[in-house]
Amino acid sequence: MKNIDSHGHVTGRSIYLDDIPTQRGTLYSVVFDAPVAHAKINHVDYSDALQVPGIERIITHEDIPGENQIGGIIPDEPLFAEDEIHFWGQPIALIVGTSEHVCRKARSLIKIETEALPVITDPREAFAKNQLICPPRTFKMGEPDAVWDACTHVFEGRADSNGQEHLYIETQGAYAWEMENGNIKIATSTQGPTAVQRTAAKVLGLSMHNIEVDVTRLGGGFGGKEDQATPWAVMVALAAKLMHRPVKISVNRMDDMRMTGKRHPYSSDYKIGLDEEGHILAYEAMIYQNSGAAADLSPAVMERTLFHCTNSYYVPNVKATAACCRTNLPPNTAFRGFGGPQGMFVMESAIAHAAHEMGIPARKIQYKNLLKDGDEFSYGQIAEHANAVKAWDDASRTYKLSAIENEVRTFNEEHHTEKKGLAIQPVCFGISFTNTQMNNARALVHVYHDGSIHVSTGAVEMGQGVNTKMLQVAMNTFGVSANRVRLDTTNTTRVANTSPTAASAGADLNGKALEIACTAILGRLQKVAAEKLNSAPERITLKKETVYIDDAPTELHWEELVMTAFSHRVSLSEKGHYATPEIHFDKSREKGHPFAYHVYGTAIIVVKVDCLRGRYVFEDVNIVHDFGKSMNTIVDLGQIEGGVVQGIGWMTLEELSFTKEGRLLSNALSTYKIPDIYAVPEVIDVKHLETAGHELAIRKSKAVGEPPLMYGLGAYFAIQNAVKAFNPGYLPKFDAPFTPEKVLLSLYEGKEIGVKSGKGALES
Amino acid sequence: MTTEFILNNKTIRTSLSPGMSLLDFIRYEQYLSGTKIGCREGDCGACTILIGEPVNGGMRYKSMTSCVTPLGNARNKHVVTIEGVNFDERLNPVQQAMVDNGGTQCGFCTVGFVVSFVGYCLTAEKPDVEGAVSAIDGNICRCTGYKSIERAAADITVMLEGKDLENPIPWLTEAGFLPEYFNGIADRLRKMEQPKKPVNGRVVVGGGTDLYVQRHDDMLEEEIALIFDRQELNSIHMKGNSVVMGASATATDMMESDIMKGIFPNLYAHMKLISSTPIRNMGTVGGNIVNASPIGDLTAWLLALGTVITLKAPDGNTRSMPLKDFFLDYKVLNKKEDEIVHSFSFPIPDKDMRFNFEKVCKRTYLDIASVNSAVQMKVEDGIITHFCMSAGGVGPTPRILPETAAFLIGKQPGTALLTEAADIIASEISPISDVRGSSDYKRLLLRQLFFAHFLELFPELINPKELV
Repeated sequence: MKNIDSHGHVTGRSIYLDDIPTQRGTLYSVVFDAPVAHAKINHVDYSDALQVPGIERIITHEDIPGENQIGGIIPDEPLFAEDEIHFWGQPIALIVGTSEHVCRKARSLIKIETEALPVITDPREAFAKNQLICPPRTFKMGEPDAVWDACTHVFEGRADSNGQEHLYIETQGAYAWEMENGNIKIATSTQGPTAVQRTAAKVLGLSMHNIEVDVTRLGGGFGGKEDQATPWAVMVALAAKLMHRPVKISVNRMDDMRMTGKRHPYSSDYKIGLDEEGHILAYEAMIYQNSGAAADLSPAVMERTLFHCTNSYYVPNVKATAACCRTNLPPNTAFRGFGGPQGMFVMESAIAHAAHEMGIPARKIQYKNLLKDGDEFSYGQIAEHANAVKAWDDASRTYKLSAIENEVRTFNEEHHTEKKGLAIQPVCFGISFTNTQMNNARALVHVYHDGSIHVSTGAVEMGQGVNTKMLQVAMNTFGVSANRVRLDTTNTTRVANTSPTAASAGADLNGKALEIACTAILGRLQKVAAEKLNSAPERITLKKETVYIDDAPTELHWEELVMTAFSHRVSLSEKGHYATPEIHFDKSREKGHPFAYHVYGTAIIVVKVDCLRGRYVFEDVNIVHDFGKSMNTIVDLGQIEGGVVQGIGWMTLEELSFTKEGRLLSNALSTYKIPDIYAVPEVIDVKHLETAGHELAIRKSKAVGEPPLMYGLGAYFAIQNAVKAFNPGYLPKFDAPFTPEKVLLSLYEGKEIGVKSGKGALES
Repeated sequence: MTTEFILNNKTIRTSLSPGMSLLDFIRYEQYLSGTKIGCREGDCGACTILIGEPVNGGMRYKSMTSCVTPLGNARNKHVVTIEGVNFDERLNPVQQAMVDNGGTQCGFCTVGFVVSFVGYCLTAEKPDVEGAVSAIDGNICRCTGYKSIERAAADITVMLEGKDLENPIPWLTEAGFLPEYFNGIADRLRKMEQPKKPVNGRVVVGGGTDLYVQRHDDMLEEEIALIFDRQELNSIHMKGNSVVMGASATATDMMESDIMKGIFPNLYAHMKLISSTPIRNMGTVGGNIVNASPIGDLTAWLLALGTVITLKAPDGNTRSMPLKDFFLDYKVLNKKEDEIVHSFSFPIPDKDMRFNFEKVCKRTYLDIASVNSAVQMKVEDGIITHFCMSAGGVGPTPRILPETAAFLIGKQPGTALLTEAADIIASEISPISDVRGSSDYKRLLLRQLFFAHFLELFPELINPKELV
């Protein structure tokens, strides 16, 4: 089934935040933000700004009737800075006026006097100065210290991965207005409507029932609108309450890039021990997360880093410690993979390091250590239906790995200024919010008495196709055609207390809740049909809009059945509630069974590096992926292709750059480059791994949002292998992204060339 | 002053500031919300529109990013947004191909892709996948990874088989790509009153592709002068032994010019490295030069050709100088405030002269160079007789490398010579570390591009194994 939203998208009729028709009297707003990264605020002078014609009001922390607090996990982040600035771009005030243009003009006239405080941008420095968001956590299994001596090989090193800008094409935004009795309605572009509702209530000094949050769709989220859509929504809600006028914000791209957090940069030390054959016996990692200036979701992101620190491998002795280090960057936040990719990068770096020293391809070590059924993860869960080996073997067979190896070797022998690199990237990703209590969802279903069906769930559509999957659940449960079902907006008055649409779990959780709701109504309809047809409810099924008895069609049509139920005063509405069974996790022991299931897959990546210019093209990315029983192959394929490209972008072109003063240099699309159509692999081939699917996945169709991003990790190692083929003197480093700059410098590292001030070898 | 044009099927007459961005006009004055705002600097393509003008009895349409297009540049033209190619009862074939192939996920960039593809349907002469993909080289998507969009491009190409190149619009309306009203646009535009006087203010705007990025907030209220459509500044022609290019000729004009094609055999491949289709459709040669960026691509290109620049004062007087003398310091030009760039001219190279353009950036396409370089050289009887190499991104101004040239001329190209020349290059440049790369990188990169020039132009004379 094609994406049900695509008609609206291709005609421009889909409604995003900035497309909502504005109400009479709507005001517009712009945020005034900190022009330094860490400082005391001595004075802010708004007088000139307030003189600009069209400016109605400038709202600061002093205007907040409730709490000046938006921190989700830890209450450590003000909506507006009060006495201190903690990051460049931190909101200080909201300028409200008759147009965005006048607000921007006014912003340029605000004068701020500050007193500089020391700026930290490096997480290791923050750690050394004990600037921690929360206490570090350690996942431990076995005892690495007891086995280092028994290892034939032990290697230690450092791995760094930079952050990543979400670059949703629709920037952040929100629109709020006052309803009767001081209640506030907020239309916003958020993955977490309940977070917006809860935070707005807290800041405005209201209760949650006073705040209604409505989300039609997002022009991309990727985690960047899970927590960080909240401040804008709260700001305009506050303005609407104070000013009794509708107030809107549509954040300009450079403001968005400057003020919002990104994927966390990480810096880690690893130690890996292997036996003679390449079995990994022990692994230790100390992981420094660059959390930015406030907690945001950092502790949860750090937790998932620990969960995924050994990726798809079984390692009997593991000790991984991670720390959320407070720096003066914008608070970093969720981004597809949620810390998992960063943890896996360290492990893959350790393996690549070991392979380099041992003089064997990394894939020999990778394969030997893949998870098997019964293996224990460092957090105590036992691998079940582990498809790591199956996916690898299938990929190796389907795409003829040995032929690829030969082809790359031959190419490299025959070419001098171009070299190819091959890497294999296995992925294992756990599905569920790692915070067990969040794994629940609700759905509300009305069957109207004309037979049409109205569905609301807690899931937010952001391009991942959750609307389409929800519609499939409803139409399949009722046995009706798609045009009978309408997916409504995500609204806190229809579905309450929702978890954000995140953790790849949106379709599973909300789909299961929806299935429960639909099944309940179906049960009542079966009874009505049985009565009318003198049969028994358990013999009744609904297919093709028709009532069947024992698989034989009857004359009773869907519309007539619904009308009959309605006239018999049978409820045609239902709310379904689902809470994932089986999962649990004990943080005091760091052990448990946190994931409903794992998703597996293997990617084979081949890159070609232009050794003259340092440019590279990815030729083939061939993937065998564990979809379970995909309920929508078009939607799921799109998630894989988009995910792997986003992962490759993170590992290659996308380079966040801050000055040591904490100012973002890569602050626009002209300086921060995401893949364009020519930067993506020439071929991305995706094959479904034949598996039975999983009962805890919606219709056995496994979650697909985040796992494919991590195939992109292989891009780094493929490039590295090509560089090694060109420059035997290159010492492998693990410092993503592998930009063309780093590639060129690596290609010529250690070579005698006259490009420095004098002649000499390039530093490594 | 009023601006008159046709927006989709509707005639517009507006007295709003000609400096307003066309995107704001479309979205907030005309309430057409299909055109999206992504970056407001021409780098994402979410706001892509088509602008058409009558040419030889037909219409010529080009994709442009409306965020950096001044409203005034729509004068007497046909502006097409997504709403202008929608049908009530069905999708057009481009839209259908995007739906069928799952070419849309969050949908925010989708409209831009659809409009670019429709532009391709209008302009394609030999429809093929490469061309269709090239038409969307200015559109960025963060969701799909582009593969589904490539599949849509392939479908669209097939549907264009049999397109009538003589009468594309009737064919496209007949085939259901475009609504009927497109057939009447050329006539309506020809009947539209021509503006009585040019828009002439203090700030000179060509295509807007730089000015609207740098000074977006000011442009609404600026007194602007529009030169994009001044005929006398648009042409590319031969004059004596020179090629003359008007300051308002666009990069696309260059790319499509038969004169240029004759001189530069790799014109298409080299021009593809410069920005994107919609930006090339808007960005002018004069704008690229006068922006004074140390890494202007066309600057590097023209410097290597020994180009002379001509400026024109308000009194009509002109003066000329070698382009290399036009750049005094970082963003400082040898130009009086009231002078405008009028034209460029360079000698028509003889048949033995060879040209190469190199550019490396983070992203190969649609990016700003870390370092760029162009070279024009000649080797006669195994001896270098002409060598002029430009380099951008390695100093405060774009520049040529005279000492390197002096060293090379009269010598026989070979590995040792080039290695020695690389040292001279190193002494001629002063790159700084910035967001486009460290100074070490830029030094190394220029050396590599210097080698690349020779490997591209004289592969038979150089052994890469000895050099690289």
